[in-house]
Amino acid sequence: MSFQETPDQAQLRERYPHIFNRPMSARLATPVVLLLAVAVFIFGLVDLDFSPSRILAGLSQLGWIARLMLPPDPGSSLPIYLKALGETLSIAVLGTTLAACTAFPVSLLAARNVIPSAIFRFPVRRLFDTIRGVDTLIWALVWINVVGLGPFAGVLAIAVSDFGALGKLFSEAMESADRKQVEGVRAAGGNALHEIRFGLLPQVLPVIAGQVLYFIESNTRSATIIGIVGAGGIGLQLAEQIRVLEWQKVSFLILMILVAVAAIDWISNRLRFAIIGRRAVA
Amino acid sequence: MAVAVSILPSQQLDALNDAYRRAVSRRRLRLALSAMVFLGVLLVAAVGAEVNLTTLFTYFGNFVSYFDRIFTLDDGHRVWTNIPEWFWGFKKWIKLLGETLLISYVGTLAGMLVAFCLNFLAAENTSPAPWVRFTVRRLLEFARTVPGIVFALIFVIAFGLGPVAGVLAIALHSSGALGKLFSEVVENADMKPVEGVRATGASWLSCMRFAVLPQVIAGFSSYTLLRFEINVREASVMGFVGAGGIGQELVVAIRKFYYSDVSAILVMIVVTVFLIDIGTGWLRGRLFGAEART
Repeated sequence: MSFQETPDQAQLRERYPHIFNRPMSARLATPVVLLLAVAVFIFGLVDLDFSPSRILAGLSQLGWIARLMLPPDPGSSLPIYLKALGETLSIAVLGTTLAACTAFPVSLLAARNVIPSAIFRFPVRRLFDTIRGVDTLIWALVWINVVGLGPFAGVLAIAVSDFGALGKLFSEAMESADRKQVEGVRAAGGNALHEIRFGLLPQVLPVIAGQVLYFIESNTRSATIIGIVGAGGIGLQLAEQIRVLEWQKVSFLILMILVAVAAIDWISNRLRFAIIGRRAVA
Repeated sequence: MAVAVSILPSQQLDALNDAYRRAVSRRRLRLALSAMVFLGVLLVAAVGAEVNLTTLFTYFGNFVSYFDRIFTLDDGHRVWTNIPEWFWGFKKWIKLLGETLLISYVGTLAGMLVAFCLNFLAAENTSPAPWVRFTVRRLLEFARTVPGIVFALIFVIAFGLGPVAGVLAIALHSSGALGKLFSEVVENADMKPVEGVRATGASWLSCMRFAVLPQVIAGFSSYTLLRFEINVREASVMGFVGAGGIGQELVVAIRKFYYSDVSAILVMIVVTVFLIDIGTGWLRGRLFGAEART
C-alpha cells in the first residue's frame, strides 16, 4: 500500500484555474457585504440608544418581572378571561370567514385564466397589495373609529386585512389550476359560469379550504393582539394587566393564549388533513 | 359525422343510477352536516364577538367617508392638490420611518443570530442530545407563539419607552420563527458530508461548520430576507405601545383625528413596504436564482 504523493501546488493551480485564480471582485464580494451588514447593525445599535448599562438594567428588571410572574394566578377574574378568550376565538373565525367570502369573488377578477384582459386584474391586484401593506392593528384602529370599541371592530379589522392576503392567495391558486378541465367543460357547451363552477372550482376548493383553515389558525394569534388597541378579546385584558403591573395575571393570560393557539393548531391540522389528505399538506 | 351513443338497457341503467345516487347522497349528507356544524360555529362566534349588523349598516357610511375625510385637507381640498401641505411633516416622518427600518433590520439580524446558534441544537439530525433538542424546541415555540407586540409591551416596562424595546421584541419573536424554519432546513440537509467530516475526527462544531453550513446557508438567507419583510410591517406598529418607530405618530394622528396626516403616514408606510418587498424579492432572485423568488 502506498500513499498517494501530494500533488505539487503549482500543478494544482494550473489544473483548476477557476478555483485558485478567482477574480478580485468575486473574492471581495462576500467580506464587503458582511462588513456592510455589520456596520449597519452597529450604526443601528448606536442610533437606537442601545447601551450596555441600559441593557443590563433592563435585564435585571426583566428578571425581577419574571420572578413576580410566578406562579401564574388569575386571581378572581378567571370567568372574565375565559369569556375574553372566547371572544378572541370568535373574532378569528368570523373575521376569516368574512374575508374568505368577500375575497373569493374578487379574486376571480384577479386570476389570469378567468379573465384574460388586464383591465380588472391590474387594479384588483394593486388593491390586494395595498390592503396587505397596512397592518391588522392599523385596520383595527380605523374600524374602532367607525363602529366603536369592542370585538366587532376586531372582526372587521381581521376581515379587511385578510381580504388582501386571501385574495392574492386565491387568485394564485386559480392561476395554477389545470386548464384541461375548463376546456372540457367549454367543449361540452358550458358557458363562462359553468366553466368556473365545474372546471375551476373543484380544483381550487381544497386548496382554498386549506388556506382558510391556516388563516383561522394564524388569526388566532393576530386576534390576541388587536385587543391591545381596544378591539376586544384577550389582548385587551393582557394590555390592561401589563399596564397595572399585575404580573401573575399576565403570565396566566400568556399561558391561556399559548394553550388556545396550540389547541386551534391541532384542530385545524386535523381538519386540513381530512379535507385535502395527508400527502398534500406535507 | 354520425356519432352513435349506445344506451344501456333500462334494467342495467336503473341499477347503476341507484348505486350512483346512493354514493352521492352519502357524500351530500356529510357535506350538509359539516356545513350545518360550520354555520352553528359561526352563529356562536357571532354572538361571542358581539356582532351587531345594525351598527354595521348604520355606520358603514362612516367607513367609506372615513377614507373621504383622510384624503381631504383642513381647507376642504383633496390632498393631492396640495402635496407640500399634505406631507407637511415629511422630514419628521421620514426620520421615523428610517428608525422603523432600522428597528426591523437590527431586530431581524439579532433574531437571526440567536436562531442560527440554536437551530443546530433543535434539528433532529444534528442535535447532540434529545433533552437539549426538547428544551430548545420548547423555547423557540414559546418565542414564536407569543406575538411580538406582547413582548414589546413587557419590554417597554423593563427597558423604558423607545426603540430598544421594539428591537428586542422583534428579535425575540424572529428568533422563534426563524429557529423553527432553520432547523427544518437543517433536517433536510444531506448527512453524507457530515459523516465524511466526522470520519476525519472532527468535533461537533467542525461538523456543523464544514458539512452542514455550506448546504443550508442559502435557505437561511432566503428565510431571513422573508422575515425582514414581515418585520418591517411589524415594526410599523411597534410605536402603538411606545416601542419606537412611525407607529407612535400614526396612532396619535388616528386617535386625535388629524385626518390628512393619517393618509400621509399610511401612504408612506405602504410605499416603504412595497419597496422593501420588491427589494428583497430582487435580492433573493439575484442570490438564489429565479426559482427562489416566490
